[in-house]
Amino acid sequence: MTTNTTSLRSALGHARGLGSAKEGTHHWWLQRVTAIALVPLTMWLVASIIALSGFGHEAFVVWFGRPVNATLMILFLGVAFHHAQLGMQVFIEDYVSHHGMRTALNLLVKFACYGLATLSIVSILTIAFGA
Amino acid sequence: MATQNRPLSPHLQVYRLPLTALLSITHRMTGVGLTFGTLLLAWWVTAAAYGQAEYAQVQAFLGSWIGLILLLGFSFALFFHLCNGIRHLFWDFGSYFELHETRRADIFVLIGAAALTAATWVMVL
Repeated sequence: MTTNTTSLRSALGHARGLGSAKEGTHHWWLQRVTAIALVPLTMWLVASIIALSGFGHEAFVVWFGRPVNATLMILFLGVAFHHAQLGMQVFIEDYVSHHGMRTALNLLVKFACYGLATLSIVSILTIAFGA
Repeated sequence: MATQNRPLSPHLQVYRLPLTALLSITHRMTGVGLTFGTLLLAWWVTAAAYGQAEYAQVQAFLGSWIGLILLLGFSFALFFHLCNGIRHLFWDFGSYFELHETRRADIFVLIGAAALTAATWVMVL
């Protein structure tokens, strides 16, 4: 009979690999995926802002009216707000000890992030489709 | 008494944080700051969709001295979080954990963030 004498973990628990929080490395991994995606997206956005900085509304509409720019901006907004929400969750869970307050803040941050992300993406789409 | 000789964890009021630790907490603080900064980004993009007058309002605010200070902080926080975030990704691969390596990376992160911020403002102004 072969049993693992060094671990108290059950065979099923080991196979699932989720740990006590029941979600494994999902949160950690998504934070990394979004971080890697944000490296080039952020550099593109900074370059765009520098290019638009001297000009008015017309330049903004022309720039984000182009499909590739609209796509990159929507990707940036979706990924950045997702990353922000993941990071804020870690921050809140580490520093807010009151259980009810922690849950309330987490909900507030998540609703605000996804609300702002949607508003910003709809705004870019409005410009992109020339409405 | 033996209980008095127990080791203490670094206490923030008496323990001088090493540079790596200072950068670590700065990474978190800039992350929180950038999350609030997204309000500015969302305002800018949404105003553009509403029209010329609304967009001009945002530009007027960002061009004021309080707007410029916010943007200066925003840009440095962004570049710091970007540079230190790349260092974190190297850490995730298990590299650069030695003391002399973290010290060198601290300097790279600080110089990188400052240089990118300066370069951006030179191009904008």
